[in-house]
Amino acid sequence: MGNGTTVLATEQINQVLNNIGDRKKSQGIIPKSLTLLSVLLIAAILAVILGNIFLGGIGVISWEFISQSPAHGLEEGGIFPAIFGTVALVFLMVIAVVPIGVLTAIYLHEYTRPDSMITRAIRISINNLAGVPSIVFGLFGLGFFISFVGGFLDSVFVIADDRPYWGQPAIIWASLTLALLTLPVVIVSTEEALRAIPRELREASYALGATKLQTILRIIIPQALPGILTGGILAVSRGAGEVAPILFTGAAYYLPYLPTQLNHQFMELGYHVYILATQAPDIDKTKPILYGTVLTLLVLTFLLNFTAIFIRSRMRSRRVAD
Amino acid sequence: MTDMTTPPSAPPRTSTHIKITAETVDFWYGDNHALRDVTLSMGKGKVTALIGPSGCGKSTFLRCLNRMNETIPGTRMTGTVRLDDRDIYNGFGDVSQLRTRVGMVFQKSNPFPKSIFDNVAYGLRVNGIKDRQIITHAVEDTLKKAFLWDEVKDKLSHSAYMLSGGQQQRLCIARALAVRPEVLLMDEPASALDPISTTKIEDLIAELKGSYTIIIVTHNMQQAGRVSDKTAFFYEGKMVEAGETTQIFTNPQEKRTEDYITGRFG
Amino acid sequence: MTDSNQGTLPFKPKSKLFEGIGSGIIRVSAFTALIGIFLIFVFIFKEAIPIFTSEAVQETASLDKMVFKQEFREGRDPLWSWAPNSRQPKFSLMPLVLGSIKAAVIAMLFAVPLAVGAAIYSSEFASKRWREFIKPIIEILAGIPSVVLGFFALIVMATVFREVFGFTYRLNAFVAGVALGLAVIPIVFTVAEDAMTSIPQSLRQAALAVGANKWQVSMTMVLPAALPGIAAGVVLGFGRAIGETMIVLMASGNAPLTTASLFDSIRTMSATIASEMGEVVVGSTHYNVLFFIGTLLFIFTFIINLGGDLILRRIKERIQGKVT
Repeated sequence: MGNGTTVLATEQINQVLNNIGDRKKSQGIIPKSLTLLSVLLIAAILAVILGNIFLGGIGVISWEFISQSPAHGLEEGGIFPAIFGTVALVFLMVIAVVPIGVLTAIYLHEYTRPDSMITRAIRISINNLAGVPSIVFGLFGLGFFISFVGGFLDSVFVIADDRPYWGQPAIIWASLTLALLTLPVVIVSTEEALRAIPRELREASYALGATKLQTILRIIIPQALPGILTGGILAVSRGAGEVAPILFTGAAYYLPYLPTQLNHQFMELGYHVYILATQAPDIDKTKPILYGTVLTLLVLTFLLNFTAIFIRSRMRSRRVAD
Repeated sequence: MTDMTTPPSAPPRTSTHIKITAETVDFWYGDNHALRDVTLSMGKGKVTALIGPSGCGKSTFLRCLNRMNETIPGTRMTGTVRLDDRDIYNGFGDVSQLRTRVGMVFQKSNPFPKSIFDNVAYGLRVNGIKDRQIITHAVEDTLKKAFLWDEVKDKLSHSAYMLSGGQQQRLCIARALAVRPEVLLMDEPASALDPISTTKIEDLIAELKGSYTIIIVTHNMQQAGRVSDKTAFFYEGKMVEAGETTQIFTNPQEKRTEDYITGRFG
Repeated sequence: MTDSNQGTLPFKPKSKLFEGIGSGIIRVSAFTALIGIFLIFVFIFKEAIPIFTSEAVQETASLDKMVFKQEFREGRDPLWSWAPNSRQPKFSLMPLVLGSIKAAVIAMLFAVPLAVGAAIYSSEFASKRWREFIKPIIEILAGIPSVVLGFFALIVMATVFREVFGFTYRLNAFVAGVALGLAVIPIVFTVAEDAMTSIPQSLRQAALAVGANKWQVSMTMVLPAALPGIAAGVVLGFGRAIGETMIVLMASGNAPLTTASLFDSIRTMSATIASEMGEVVVGSTHYNVLFFIGTLLFIFTFIINLGGDLILRRIKERIQGKVT
C-alpha cells in the first residue's frame, strides 16, 4: 500500500477511511515556533533600536540642552529652536486639520448614506491621501501653497517691494501641507467615535425638537470628544515626525531667531536630526547632540502616541461596559 | 475481515442499541448555568430530535456531544458523555479523534472558501490522508451519499460559493460525512433554507438514518415529527421529557411539553 | 413662563439661517480630502507638463531619453545616466527607478516574512496576554518617525553591517532596504492580521468539527482564505516602500548606479526629489523632471492603494457577506 501506481482495492480504501480518526496528526510545533520567532525578532530589533537611542541620548539631555540654541556650527549648545519650531508647526497644523477632519467625519457619518457616490468618492480620496508618499506632499506644498497661493497673495497685497512675502518657504505653508497629510488620521479616529454613539441619543435629541445642527453641536460633538482628541494627538505625533513634506516648504538648517510670524522659516526636530546626521562636517563631534535630538523627538512622539492609545482604549472599554 | 467500525483499541461494546449516553450533564457559560442535570441516551442508527424554545439549551447540549463548546472561552461542563461506552473526555487520544467520529452540521451553511472537491477532501487531508487515489474515491463516494454527486460532478473544481444555499448545506453534510463519522450532529440544518431545499435535507436525513446515528436540533415541530424516531424536549436548561416521537407528539406526559407542542408558548 | 394662556413656552424660533450656514460649512469641509487629492495631482503634474510640450526641455529630457540608454559621447557605449548638473545634463530615470525597486524589494524580503509570521502568531496562536504584548510592539514600531529609522540605519546599522558582511560601500541598497523594511512591517502586519481575524468563527468551527486540530485550522483553512488579504497587505507595504523618503535618503548612499548588486549604493526616486529640489532653479528642465518623478510616484501609489483597497473590500464581501 502507499505505492501510487498500484490500484487500491475498495476494501483497502475503506480500511484506511474507517479508521481515519486514529491516524497520528502533527501538532504544528514548527509553524508555531517559526511564527513566534518572527514576533521575538521584531521585539528584539525594536529593543535594540530604542535601547541604542536611549543609551546614546540620555547622557546629553539636560536643561541646557533643551533650552539653548545650537552653537559652533551645530556642534555644541542645545536644540531649543528646533523644539519651539516643532511645537509651533504642529500647533498651526492642528488648528487647520482638526476642524476640517471632524467636519468631514460628521458629514460622512451624519449627513450621507454610506453607499452614496459622494461618500464613496470621499472615502477613496481619504484612503489615497493616506497612501500618497510624504515627499509628494512636499512637492505639493511647494507647487500649490508657496508658488500658487503665496504668489497670488504677493500679487494682491504688495507688502515688501521686491522680495516675496508669502511666496516663499514658511511655517504656515509647511503646517498646511502637514495638515493635508494628517487629515485621514483625524477623520478615521473621529469616525470611530461617531460610530460608538448610540442611535437613541440622536433620536432623543430630535424628539425634543432639536434640529440636526443643534444635535451635532450639543450631543454628538461632546460625545465624540475623546475620539476627536485621540485623532488630534495622533495627527500631532505623525506630523511631528514627518520630515520629507517640510524639506522645501519652510524648514531651515539654522536660524538665529524663532519663528514668530506666519511667513517665517523654522527649525524642526526631525529636520535637525537629518541635518546633524548627514550634513555635519565631523560626525563624531555632533554625535552626542544627534543622539540627544533623536531621543527628544522619540520621547515627544511616544508620549503623544501613548496618550492617544490610552484615551482610545478607555473610550473602547467604556463602550464595552455599556 | 474484522468489523471495521470498531477500532482495535476500542473496548467491547456492552450495549448494541444505544450509541451515545449523557449522564447528569451540567454546563456553564461563565456564570450562566445553561444546562442542568441532563441525562439522555440516543439510539444507534436512529434520529433523535432535540426541541424546545430559544435559549432552552438544546444547541448547547448538542455541542457538548462533540466537545465543540470547548472552543468558546469561559465555558465549563460537568457530568459524563459516552460514545459506545467510551468517555468522550478520557476515551479518545485527543478531541480531534472524537470529532472524526462525531460529525457536525451547522445552522447556517458554512462551506470553506475552497473548491467543492477541496471542501469534501478537507477532513481527509487534515486527518493525514495524502493518497490522491483514496481522496478522489472518498470524495465521490461521499458526494453520492449526500445525493449531491449528480449536481456537482462536472464542477468539482468550482468554488463552493457557486452553489445554491440548499446545495451548500448538503455540501456541508458531505464534508462532515467524508471522515466517516458514526454520529452526525445537526444544529437546525434547514432553518435558513427554502421549503424545497428543506425537503431535500429531510430526505437526506431519512436516507442516512440506519447507517448513522443522527441528533438534530430543530425549531420546527413538523420537522421533528417527520424525521425523528425519538424526541427530547428541553426547557430552561433542563431535559423535561424524552420518548418515542409519536408518543411525545400524541401523548406527552408533562404539561410543559404539551403546552409547547400545541403552540401555547415558544 | 409669562405666557400661560395656551400652555406654550416662549421658545425662540429656530434660525433657518444658522442651520443652513452650519450644514453648508460641514458639506464644504467634507470635500477637502477629495479636492486635496485632486489638487495634489494637478499641481504636481502641472510642473511636469513641459516634458510633453516644450521642445527645449525635450532636448535633454524627452520620455525616450529618460527611459532608453543614450549615447552621450561618440564611440562610447550608450548608457543610462542621471547627472542633471553636469555640463551635459543627463536625465535617465532608469537608475532611480532601479534604485527604488532594489530598496523596496529588499525591504519586502525582510519585512514580509517577519510581519506575516507575527500576524499569524498574533491571530492564531497567541494567548490573550501575548497578543497584548504584540500589538503595542507593532504600534511603537509604527510610531517611530522615518527620519529616526534613517538615522539608525546611517549611524548604527551601516557600520555594523559593513563589519559583519564586509560591504564595499558603507551605505547601500541592503542597509536602506532593511531599514525600510522596519517601516513596512507595521503596515503588512496590520492588514494581514486583520485579514485573518476577520475569517468568521463559523468556518473555524466547521474545520474543527471534521477533526482538524487548532493549528491545522490556522494553516489549512484560515491562512489560505486570508491569503488575498495578506497579499493586499504586501501590496500596500510595497507602495509605502517605494514612496518612503527619509530612510533611503539617509542610508542608501545616493549614487545613481545601474548595477545588479544589492550591496551597491543606490539612489531612489523619492530621495532624488528630496535632495535636489532644494537647489534646483525653478522652471528649469531639472525642475520639471523632478516634478515628473513626483507625478510617477503619485500615480504609482494611487494605483497601489486603489488596488489594495479593492482586494480588501472584495474579500470582506466574499467571506462575510455570503457565508455568515
